[in-house]
Order: sequence, then structure tokens, then C-alpha cells
Amino acid sequence: MHSSLWNDIPSFWYLILSALLFSLGVVGFLIKRTLITVFMSIELMLNAVNLSFVTFAHDWHQVKGQIFVFFVMMVAAAEAAVGLAIIISIYRSRATLNVDQIDLMKL
Amino acid sequence: MTAHLHLWLIPLLPFAGFLVNGLLGKRLPKALVSAVALGFPLASLAVVVRASVLFLSLKPQPIAWAVTYASWINAGPLHVDFTFLLDQLTVLMLLIVTGVGFLIHVYSVGYMAHEDGYWRYFSYLNLFLFFMTVLVLAENYLLMFVGWEGVGLASYLLIGFYFERKSAADAGKKAFVVNRIGDFGFLLGMFLLLSQFGSLSFTQIGVSLAANPAMQGGILTAIALCLVLGACGKSAQIPLYVWLPDAMEGPTPVSALIHAATMVTAGVYMISRTHFLFDRSPFALAVVALIGAATAFFAATIALVQTDIKRVLAYSTISQLGYMFLGCGVAAYSAAVFHLMTHAFFKALLFLAAGSVIHGLNGEQDMRKMGGLWKKLPVTFWTMTAGVFAIAGFFPFAGFFSKDAILYEAFQHGALGKGLYVVGLVTALLTSFYMFRLWYLTFFGESRATDHEHHPHESPWSMLTPLVILALLSIGGGWVGIERFGAYLAPVVGSVTDPALEAGGKSLDLTLSVIAVVVALLGLLIAHVFYFRKNDRAAKLAAAASGPYGLLVHKYWIDELYHNVIVTPLVLGSRYILGWVGEGVIVRGSAWLLGGVATLLGELVRRWQSGNLRSYSAWLAAGAAALLFFAVVGAVLGIGGTELRMVWVGH
Repeated sequence: MHSSLWNDIPSFWYLILSALLFSLGVVGFLIKRTLITVFMSIELMLNAVNLSFVTFAHDWHQVKGQIFVFFVMMVAAAEAAVGLAIIISIYRSRATLNVDQIDLMKL
Repeated sequence: MTAHLHLWLIPLLPFAGFLVNGLLGKRLPKALVSAVALGFPLASLAVVVRASVLFLSLKPQPIAWAVTYASWINAGPLHVDFTFLLDQLTVLMLLIVTGVGFLIHVYSVGYMAHEDGYWRYFSYLNLFLFFMTVLVLAENYLLMFVGWEGVGLASYLLIGFYFERKSAADAGKKAFVVNRIGDFGFLLGMFLLLSQFGSLSFTQIGVSLAANPAMQGGILTAIALCLVLGACGKSAQIPLYVWLPDAMEGPTPVSALIHAATMVTAGVYMISRTHFLFDRSPFALAVVALIGAATAFFAATIALVQTDIKRVLAYSTISQLGYMFLGCGVAAYSAAVFHLMTHAFFKALLFLAAGSVIHGLNGEQDMRKMGGLWKKLPVTFWTMTAGVFAIAGFFPFAGFFSKDAILYEAFQHGALGKGLYVVGLVTALLTSFYMFRLWYLTFFGESRATDHEHHPHESPWSMLTPLVILALLSIGGGWVGIERFGAYLAPVVGSVTDPALEAGGKSLDLTLSVIAVVVALLGLLIAHVFYFRKNDRAAKLAAAASGPYGLLVHKYWIDELYHNVIVTPLVLGSRYILGWVGEGVIVRGSAWLLGGVATLLGELVRRWQSGNLRSYSAWLAAGAAALLFFAVVGAVLGIGGTELRMVWVGH
């Protein structure tokens, strides 16, 4: 399908967007103090990668990239489920979600 | 020489005896141990006799026979072989070693009959014979050194035979350590010889020296002096004589064999065997002569006041070895070897007879507690008398001829020689005196024994037979005469000045002989005055000259001097090095260092594991970024094996 609207934006810009989103995700992952926000940044990273996969799939006329997006989304969903369960359990034992205070590994 | 001499049997038979008795002796019955212990040396003696007869019957005259059994060391320019050399000197030494050795083995069967460790004693004694024959047969310095060290080992084992007694164990250690100092000199001499001649073989060095008649002094003096240090250690000369009196802790037959007849003569043998080296260094020869004369006099003075019968004989041995050194020092090697032979006879006899006395008195060694034994131990008395007269140098006993030969040669050796002659003569006087003192104190007068339970009894015939044989040798052993003896050894050691050939030589020889006998007689008379009948002349003289007397009784305080000046600093120094440096710095230090490094690194790395989530994620991101960076850089620059193909498909 080649709609004229689609052809107006070169794939280059999609990749830039993907990179930008990924960087935002990384920065958020490093900076945010709340555990849930960190989690959201992780999801953002995953979706940025999805965008990049789809762009390349379109560019190279291969459907493999889009199939892979399904896998990534599935993993993201499973991870979200497990991660949220862990967060709830942490909140129950620690009564806080501040990452700086969750340092049980240190003696 | 077409007949096979089988020289290799001579050392290996006693070695087999050592192995059998050493490994199995504890479980064998005593008769079998004795049979093994006597059989192997007897077989070795038989081989020696056969070889000697074959060798000496060569026509027109015997020539030295060297046989190489195997190559030993072949490392670059260094070649050393297992080579045995048989010549007149070797034949003589082998006969002495195996002959007197065998007699002492027979004696030991009787003497050690009631000892624990009977098997151990004989295995060590056979081991000694093995090493001594190797020493004598060796054709190069290194093989001789094997024998040299080995007899030191056997000596240590036998001196410390009664190892449960601290004094015996200490004496064994002392002997070995002092010998080692001498061996250090021997090793240095060998190294210098190697650097100079490239070989350690006697024949090759002899040939090299003969081809270079102008070579004198210098490096040869250095080599000779190093070797002399080795000889001093082995032959108990100043300054390394201190081990021999202590070595009397061992059983008496050991003192007879090792410390009288054979091992201690190794130094003299070595100098005579390699005389071609010493002949090129008049300085070294003068040193040898001076050491010999000084030691002879020094030891004789100490022997004057000793009360233990074996100590007197020990110092007497040191003194007589001094005579041999004196003989070598005036280049009269055949005279020195002649004295070596006669000394082997009468000194072995004296020690064995002393052992017989000690055995008869049930272990008493203090002469102050002896006396009146000439009736109770007749065979011992008569044989010992022969030995005493021989060592004092009375005509026609053996000692007279050999001692006279040395003193004559010394007198002929220039101004230094005449001085040394006087020292030798005074020493002969002292020798005669202390030997007759021993004779009188032991055998004459009333019995001063304090042990009244045991009565003195004569020894068994296994002990007396060797005494009789040695007594006969002490009487007649010198009759061969220095002229014939010198002629016999001339192919090996060069000829000695023959009194018959020199102008006025014969009459000078006669004069000196008469003086020697007069001096011996004088010693006998003085001893008679002091000791024949119980009187207090000796005690009064000792009290009057208490200063010198004390000095002599304490052996000039040499042992104490060595202990304080050499031993104690060494022990302290080595304790410091072992304890502080070795244990402290190296062992504990390196352990501390390892631990410290590990701890330090740990402290540093520990900071990484903070438990802080954000720090972990930061490092994670940084690592990923680095990887990406290197991948891109690699792709862009074409290095690192990364390939990124970015295909832009423009549609």
C-alpha cells in the first residue's frame, strides 16, 4: 500500500523518533525515583524498539520485522504483569516505592 | 697388561658388605653378620694382593695402569670419567687400607661383641672401606673427592655410633663440619684447576705441567694452598685439627682405623699423589712444612698432660701427621709416605692395644686409674710395648726409620729446613716422653683402679691376633729402608735425595740417626723418673708451672676460642637470618602482602555493589553505550570485524 501520505515522510524520521523515544526511556529509567515511573520508562524503551522494527520492515519489504513486534509486545505484557506483582509485594513490605530506599541487597 | 685386574671389585666388595649388613643385618644372626662383615673386606684384600702381585711382577718394570669404567660428566669442555689408576703408590695405600682394615675388622668382632647395633657398626665400617678405596684408586680429583667426602661421612656415622650419648653425637657433628671447611678448600682448588687446566685428571694435569716447565707460583700457589686447606681438614692439622680429639667418642677400633691408619692419611696421600702441582710452588710447600712442624710440636705439648689414654693417642696422631706434612713440605714425599705406612702399623696397634686395655678394665679410659697391668694383660702389654718403642723412634723399630728419613730430608732443606729439623727433634723428645708416660701409667706400678668389682682380664684371641700381627709389622715394617722405599716410589713421586749418594751424606745420616735415638732414650728416662714408681714429682712440677700446665690441660683454649669467635656468631647470625629474615620477612611478609593486596582490591571493588538500584542501572546503560560506541566506530573505521550494512531502499 503506497498512500501518498505515507511516502511523504522518509523512514529516516521514524528512526529518529524511535531513537528519541528510546533515549527518553533510558533517561527516565535512570532518573525517576518512583518505581512505577521507572517501569513506564522501560515500556517506553520497548515501544521505541517496536517502532524501529516496523520502520525497517517497511523499508525492506519484509514482514519479519512486524512479526517480531508481536513477540516484543507479548514479552512486554508478561513482564508488566510480573513486574507489577513484584512492585505490589515491595509496597506491602516496605510501604514505599522510592528506588533509593529499596536497597535490601546492601548489608 | 693383559691380565684383568678387576680393580672395580676392590671398592665394590665392601660396598656389597655395607648393603647386606645395612639392609638385612638387623634381622640376621650375629655370626652371619660377622661373616659378611669379614668376608667382603677379605675378598677385597685378596683382589688387592693379586693385583699388586701382577702389577709388581711386570717386566722390565711396572708402569702405571689406568682403567676407565664409564664416562661420568660430559658437559661442554668438562669431561670427568670413572677412572681408576694403579701405580706403586696406589698399591701401597691399598695394601695398607685393606690389610690394616681387615685386621681391625677382625678385632672389632671381639671388641664390639656385646654392643647393640653390631650390624650397624660393621655396615658403616664396610662403607668406610668402600669410600677409602675409591679415594685411593681415583685417577681424577672429582672421583677422589667422592671418596674424600664419603670417608668423612663414614667417620661421622662411626664417631656418633653411640648416638644416644650427646657428647658422641656432638663429636660426630664437629668432625663433619670441620671436615667440610677443609672440603671447601678442596672444592676451590678443583675449580681453580678446572679454570687453569680444563681437566681434573691427574694424568692430564701432570702432562700439562710437564709440557710447561716454566710455569711456577701464581695460580699454582693458589691451587696448592686451597688443596692444602682440604688436606688440613682431613689430616687434622692446624687450624682444623679440633675434631680428632673429640672423635675419640667413637668405638676404639674406629679410632684405630679411621683416625689413625687411613682416613687421616688421605691429606698426605693427596699431596703425594699430586706432588707435581706442589713442586711448582715452593711457597705452598713451605706452608705445608711449617704447618706440619707447628702442628707436630703443638699437639705433642698437649699430649704431655692428657689423662685419657685415647686422648693421648689422638694428639699423638695429630703430631705424627704433622711429621708427614713436614716430609711433604720438604718435597720428600716418599719419606712422608714411608712414615704414613709405619704410622699406620704402630698407631693402629697402639689404639687397638689401648682398646684391649679399656676392654679388659671394663670401660675405664682414665690412666690415673690404671696401673699394674703388665702381669694381668701380658699379650696386650708386649704388643703395646712394641708400638710404644716404634713411635718413640727406637732402633730397629719401624718408627725410627721413617721418622729419621723425614728429619734427614728436613735438615737438608736449607735454613728453614734446619729450623724445622730442630722443631721435629724436640717433638720427638716430647713424643718419646708422653708415650712412655702412657706406658708406665697404664702398665706399671700399683693398680690405682677404683672399680674393685671387675678384675682386669685379657682380651679374646679375636682381639689379640691383630695386635700380634701389627706388633710384628711395627717391629719389622721399617726394615725395607728409605732407600729401597724411595726407589720403589720414585716413578710416582720423584726420587728423594739418597744419603748414600751425597758427599758426607752417609755420615750426616748416621749422626742424625744417633741424635734421634739419644733423644728417644732421653724421653724414656725422663718418663721413667717421673712415672715408674709412684711419686709426686709430676704433681710438684705441675703445681710449680701451673700457668703453662693449665694452658696445656685446657688444650690452649682453642676449642673455646673457636666456639666464641666462630661458632657463636655463626649460630646467632643464622638464627637471625632464619628467624627474622626468612620466617619474618619472607614468609610472614609475603603472606601479609598477599592478604593486603586482596583486601585492598576488595575494598575498592566492594563499592560497586552498593545495593542502589539506580547506580546499577546507570552502569548498565553506560556499558551498553560503550558497546554500541565500539561497534559503530568499528563499522565506520572498518576495524573490529563489525559490519553494518545500511541499505537504504528508497521507494
